[in-house]
Amino acid sequence: MIELLTELLSYAFVVRALIVGVLVSLCAALLGVSLVLKRYSMIGDGLSHVGFGALALAMALNLSPLEVAIPVVAVAAFVLLRISENSRIKGDAAIALISSSSLAIGVIIISYTSGMNADTSNYMFGSILAMSESDVLLSVGVSVVVILLYVLFYNKIFAVTFDESFTRATGTNAGRYNTLIALLTALTIVVGMRMMGALLISSLIIFPALTSMRLFKTFKQVVISSAILSVCCFVAGIILSFIFSFPTGASVVVINLLMFVIFSAIGLVKKAIA
Amino acid sequence: MKLISCEGVTIGYDGQRAVNNVSFDLEQGDYLCVVGENGSGKSTLVKGLLGLIKPQEGSITFDGLAPNEIGYLPQQTVIQRDFPASVSEVVISGCLNRRGLLPFYSRLEKERAAAKMEQLNITDIRKKSYRDLSGGQQQRVLLARALCATEKLLLLDEPVAGLDPMMTAELYQLVAELNQSQGITVLMVSHDLDSAIQYGNKILHMKTATAFFGSTADYLKTEMCQQMMGARKND
Ligand SMILES: Nc1ncnc2c1ncn2[C@@H]1O[C@H](COP(=O)(O)OP(=O)(O)OP(=O)(O)O)[C@@H](O)[C@H]1O
Ligand SMILES: [Mg+2]
Repeated sequence: MIELLTELLSYAFVVRALIVGVLVSLCAALLGVSLVLKRYSMIGDGLSHVGFGALALAMALNLSPLEVAIPVVAVAAFVLLRISENSRIKGDAAIALISSSSLAIGVIIISYTSGMNADTSNYMFGSILAMSESDVLLSVGVSVVVILLYVLFYNKIFAVTFDESFTRATGTNAGRYNTLIALLTALTIVVGMRMMGALLISSLIIFPALTSMRLFKTFKQVVISSAILSVCCFVAGIILSFIFSFPTGASVVVINLLMFVIFSAIGLVKKAIA
Repeated sequence: MKLISCEGVTIGYDGQRAVNNVSFDLEQGDYLCVVGENGSGKSTLVKGLLGLIKPQEGSITFDGLAPNEIGYLPQQTVIQRDFPASVSEVVISGCLNRRGLLPFYSRLEKERAAAKMEQLNITDIRKKSYRDLSGGQQQRVLLARALCATEKLLLLDEPVAGLDPMMTAELYQLVAELNQSQGITVLMVSHDLDSAIQYGNKILHMKTATAFFGSTADYLKTEMCQQMMGARKND
């Protein structure tokens, strides 16, 4: 095991993937609690698909992938949030339309410029090789900002998540914090997308929160458990990915699924005993 | 001193008027009971006062009352059944509007939340999960949260719905006490005419439009009131 770890850490690309991955898992888990509880999970999914389209476009135009994707996905976050807040139009259907359209456009751009190849699969399901050195710097910067803002606004995020109309009625600008949540989610998704894959990044957001809610009953516990769980699953996933050369994203998701099953089982046993 | 004055307020949903041309004043120290049948626009009016829905016509003026000095107990709280949150997390979230942009709760807010929990007798369940409580306990938790949010004005939308008679009496007693000894102005939506008359010094009877607004003593003299009391005695 030790040998394996030293071998793993001797590769610069693995170290890069670990640094970015741990930070992104942390961000995704924190935001995920609010997104799941606010029933905004679809936004995460939609954003990752929009991100895929933006990445494809950046590649075709020979631009830096993150610099194109970050603004595009941030704008998409605003739009998707407005759509799901406005219940009069079918929110989830509209999001599904946007997300599959972006995916389709992205795939067409890719097959037009470079043809469907291993790269495309990496985009969709994740690759441990995805991060270059400059990506790492940008990703670390973005993740630190996301975590800092989350901690600073933790109490507000709780209030807006628990009961938005009370929070609004008692004089807090709830819309501002919804936007903050959506924006932070957009950043997290863009940064994590190439490693986790456009199709799988949203599970990084959803799984830890759902898993933690099987066992824990207060918001703080759920947030802390999600953060720890998410990081552990990511590290385990990357080891799995390295040993068997599975796509990174898929490996991480499988580990998350395993933890979900374990937590659910413990939850059921606890209930049966109580 | 006037705290709120509503003039000709009209609020609608998709062109349908739910509140039509309603005017009333709320003075500091008042205990105003809003009564009326189901669908007569009571909750809509409360949401209008809170700025959750924008009135189409008319004006709502606050005097010496900032939006962050209002406590609110909603009629139905659309909180998911499985939301993980402890009682103390929920109660202290009422203190949020005193923090402004400051990120964390200070000792002051923690003490305030503790005091409100003590007052509502929920201190011993403070570590429990909100979702595991009975309806009455949940209602008390939300009232404690509302009390954390205000020292001036409490808006309560059918606070006793779903409470047992003991709890109902206790809650009325508590709100009356807050009104009398702490000088908190109360606006309570209620279907319980008896206690509306017993505790409220003013009554607003809604039938989409204002059917009556004035002092409780005057309300007792109206035909409408006698009819409602009579109707109830017959069933
Ligand atoms: N979100 C909404 N969308 C559309 N119409 C609504 C909405 N909420 C309320 N209404 C309508 O507005 C009218 C007034 O509703 P409101 O909830 O204010 O009544 P209420 O007096 O509080 O009734 P209750 O005693 O049942 O609580 C009703 O006809 C209702 O159908
Ligand atoms: Mg109502």
